[in-house]
Amino acid sequence: MRHIISLLMENEAGALSRVAGLFSARGYNIESLTVAPTEDASLSRMTIVTSGSDEIIEQIFKQLNKLVDVVTLADISEGNHIERELMMVKVSTPSDKERAELKRMTDIFRGRILDVTDETYIIELTGNGSKLDAFLGAIDAQLIIETVRSGATGVARGNRALRI
Amino acid sequence: MKLSGAEIVVQFLKDEGVEYVFGYPGGAVLHIYDALFNQDKVKHILVRHEQGATHAADGYARATGKPGVVLVTSGPGATNAVTGIATAYMDSIPMVIITGQVATQFIGSDAFQEVDAVGITRPCVKHNFLVKHAEDLGDTLRKAFHVATTGRPGPVVVDIPKDTTDPNIKIDYAYPGEIEMRSYQPVVKAHPGEISRAMELILSARRPMIYTGGGVVLSNADAELIEFTRKLGYPITQTLMGLGAYPASDKQHLGMLGMHGTYEANMAMHECDVLIAIGARFDDRVTGDVKQFCPDARIIHIDIDPSSISKNVRVDVPIVGDIKHVLTDMNKAIKASKKKPDAKLLDQWWQQIDAWRSKNCLRYDRNSALIKPQFVIEKLHEVTGGDAYVTSDVGQHQMFAAQFYPFDKPRRWINSGGLGTMGFGLPAALGVQLAYPDSQVACVTGEASIQMCMQELSTALQYMLPVKVVNLNNRYMGMVRQWQEFFYDSRYSHSYLDALPDFVKLAESYGHVGMRIEQPGDVEGALKEAFAMKDRLVFMDFITDQTENVYPMIAAGKGHHEMHLSPERELA
Repeated sequence: MRHIISLLMENEAGALSRVAGLFSARGYNIESLTVAPTEDASLSRMTIVTSGSDEIIEQIFKQLNKLVDVVTLADISEGNHIERELMMVKVSTPSDKERAELKRMTDIFRGRILDVTDETYIIELTGNGSKLDAFLGAIDAQLIIETVRSGATGVARGNRALRI
Repeated sequence: MKLSGAEIVVQFLKDEGVEYVFGYPGGAVLHIYDALFNQDKVKHILVRHEQGATHAADGYARATGKPGVVLVTSGPGATNAVTGIATAYMDSIPMVIITGQVATQFIGSDAFQEVDAVGITRPCVKHNFLVKHAEDLGDTLRKAFHVATTGRPGPVVVDIPKDTTDPNIKIDYAYPGEIEMRSYQPVVKAHPGEISRAMELILSARRPMIYTGGGVVLSNADAELIEFTRKLGYPITQTLMGLGAYPASDKQHLGMLGMHGTYEANMAMHECDVLIAIGARFDDRVTGDVKQFCPDARIIHIDIDPSSISKNVRVDVPIVGDIKHVLTDMNKAIKASKKKPDAKLLDQWWQQIDAWRSKNCLRYDRNSALIKPQFVIEKLHEVTGGDAYVTSDVGQHQMFAAQFYPFDKPRRWINSGGLGTMGFGLPAALGVQLAYPDSQVACVTGEASIQMCMQELSTALQYMLPVKVVNLNNRYMGMVRQWQEFFYDSRYSHSYLDALPDFVKLAESYGHVGMRIEQPGDVEGALKEAFAMKDRLVFMDFITDQTENVYPMIAAGKGHHEMHLSPERELA
């Protein structure tokens, strides 16, 4: 089953490699991993999307907790949560027909067009992974020049929070 | 006080109470070596290879419980230390390894003797640090010792670039003392609810079994374990790493379990209905096939590391905490409980165990004209009064030592259990002998293992460390040969050691005493003579039976009840 693990760790050199190394050394799946500093500059927040049996997820959780740099962590997919991913798609717009169609699809998916040239659009979209997949499925695949996705981030709903 | 970075390193080690640093100098650590030169409080032991430094520090740590400290240079100094670091990591041994690094401005430039020591060691350390500013040295070193010695212990690497130790830049230093780390707070006391759930199960067991490991030794919980086991009257088995925490000569002790464990220990594991696992980690060499592991048992697992619990085998009652604290609480609970183990059921269980015991699974041919390795170990036990520190390398001789030298005290049996590092025994013995100069220290080894760190014979002479090397020389990598005999139709592919050195001459050339023993009748005399030479390292080369195998044996992937006993036992 798919799990989203959020963790706070000391914002130190090599912290990311400890997490990435743990996943590769122990053969755990890693679907995506995002990391950035928090409002407290001494802490980084990481979101890891992984999958595995309950036993494996339990081990992943324990092994992450064992890393000396990890301050706290939570499996936010265990409860109500919001998950978001950012995607930017560069598409080619050879004629007005494609321009109109891509603009229409972008509006339907509540995306935005960030950049326009004679031949291209850059479309920005946020949502959970399946919404982004659906958008890519909905537009003409021939028009896609490149896509870039941030990987999932997430936060628990309500009073539950990951903080120290 | 104002000190240079190099002086801070040395002053810190003094403040931390470090007695010995095992090391080897090189470019990146020369400032630190210069600071060491000006004092005599921290004694430096110069090894002949960095692997030897890590094993010697490791042996010191295992024997004393204090952290072992290593100082090596950058590049090859650090990479040579990796095997020893990984060895300590697998067995949870507290160590701090200081590696030199090229100056910060050269990091990443493929400078001379540059290697990413933090990156290379990351998977085999408890934690590691790169110190880029001299101001951070004191705190970082204190954190390193704190992390290495608390919780589940382990090795910690501190990588120090050369400019950080510049003798010309003096900065303020004060010993940091106790240090808080918000991201590292190991659990000590277990949850009382977990303990009462466990006690309920323990006291209602019909066929109980206690299975203990190296965690008991690391936690210094031997006295608590003895009290616990004796009060309950339950049978106990110990892993290779746990030997000595509970006295092996006690009647409640069924011997070691696992791949080369005793018949009675493995059968009792297979048949028990409640398993009390204490500071053991359900290693594959212990469990055999996990699907067939303790099929009828409900399992209680006490360990300080939550990630050890339910890693290989699902447990019913997990208890996270320091074993010494947990057993103290449990002993109180036993005293306070009205419920007592059912004496009648327990008696039936012991009758069953005694029947297994009567197989005498460790019997071997005592009438052989050749020296049997088991016989040498038995005589070693006799001659040393069972009171020696015994280090070993890895292979058949290690198993024979574990089976035939009953350890009655913890920290006496010192071997590389998890990583299985050949070459460990001799340098480890040097570390032990330094810690206990007046004690008997034996290194049980084989002619293959000893050659992996033999250069440390030179270190032994320099510091006059009178270790007794017991070389069980069967001219084979014995354990490899045994597996090839059993599983590869006796195709002995590259396991025979042609062109062995003359170990007697070799020992002599290093300035030690060498002996060759070829007759069973000479074994005892040689050992007595060797141990009588209290100030000399004696290398005893015992020419043993080439074809002897270690029994009992559970083949990889088999269950505890599927042991092979020795050929004569199975015919009987």
